[in-house]
Amino acid sequence: MSILYCNCTYAKVVPVEVKRDVLRRLSDSGRAFDAVADLCDMSARKDPALKKIAEGGCTQIAACYPRAVKWLFHAAGTPLPDAGVTVLNMREDSADDVVKELLA
Amino acid sequence: MSRTEGKNLRVVLYEGPGSTPLADDDRFAALAALLDNGFEVTRPVAGQHVAPADDAPVLVLGLLDPLDTPPEVAPGQEVHFRNLADGDLLEAARAVREATGARKLEAWKPWFPVIDYDRCTNCMQCLTFCLFDVYGVDKQQQITVQNQDNCKTDCPACSRVCPEVAILFPKYGKGPINGDVVRAEDIQREAMKVDISTLLGGDLYGALRSRQKDARKRFSTERDESKALLERKRCLGKLKKDLDIPDEVLMTLPSAEDIEERAARARAKLAKRQAISQTVKDTRPAPSETEWGI
Repeated sequence: MSILYCNCTYAKVVPVEVKRDVLRRLSDSGRAFDAVADLCDMSARKDPALKKIAEGGCTQIAACYPRAVKWLFHAAGTPLPDAGVTVLNMREDSADDVVKELLA
Repeated sequence: MSRTEGKNLRVVLYEGPGSTPLADDDRFAALAALLDNGFEVTRPVAGQHVAPADDAPVLVLGLLDPLDTPPEVAPGQEVHFRNLADGDLLEAARAVREATGARKLEAWKPWFPVIDYDRCTNCMQCLTFCLFDVYGVDKQQQITVQNQDNCKTDCPACSRVCPEVAILFPKYGKGPINGDVVRAEDIQREAMKVDISTLLGGDLYGALRSRQKDARKRFSTERDESKALLERKRCLGKLKKDLDIPDEVLMTLPSAEDIEERAARARAKLAKRQAISQTVKDTRPAPSETEWGI
């Protein structure tokens, strides 16, 4: 199970305290993970790294709304697989809930 | 180079054999600083999965033990090594970013429409509505975002006219435009907006043109410049309120003549595409202008 964390660097729409708390606990967890500055920015650039992530098997993504994440990958020409991907919403959910799912 | 081009530098925060593990506070501080400055960061752990390397340049950062010979790197892979003990983390990362020509942190908000094809019915309302040529159609005649750089930051107007709530702007503040779940009341609200535009006379720009014409007529008979200006201000104010269009976008709206010219170009383009598709594979009659929504 791979983990992807989006920092939403280019806009402040994800609450800072939630994303920082998730990052801190991820950092302390001893788990391997990839962290990107901003998935929207990568989608806009059709970054090839998204393809690697989309093709990388089961993935847990800590970012924003699942509908947005799904279609951001699609817009980049690298749709996520229909199964095996869980998107955790740091815009709506608490850091506790996100981390619980992420590190389960 | 456009703001949407270029590769990011991928930083690997290494704590494996041949290095000293970072303290928890230092690791977190490094991660946060790198991400806030636009870098992508991978924290590898032996036996666990991370995204495989692509052709983006890589910087390996860590408290690395001194090496007599540098580690072997796969051919074609650009990998740089920097020891965190030798200096500032961000300075090292920025220097490698500069040296590799990787993309710098841009002062921009990634703002462009994202289409939810589970909801989109290909009605082309967005294509006919957007004045900045953001939308187009692909070879399968499906609506697509063709010129995302043309999109005006903070303008979600096309998503407001979409009858299916199928256009997202993930950086927008409110749902469902930001990607939140679409609820029944959202569809009802959007449908009401479309009805309002219909009541105004077919489409909003049509209404604007008509109002402009009326205002000109009144101006010529009444010779009252202030009334005409007030009418224009009132009309633009209504458009701004109904569709949440930022002032700077309203300031750049093309003239009525420009809009008519664009519409004519779009009609000609669609007719040409249709003629080609008729010739090649499709024997159905060409859709009317009403069916295309123009």
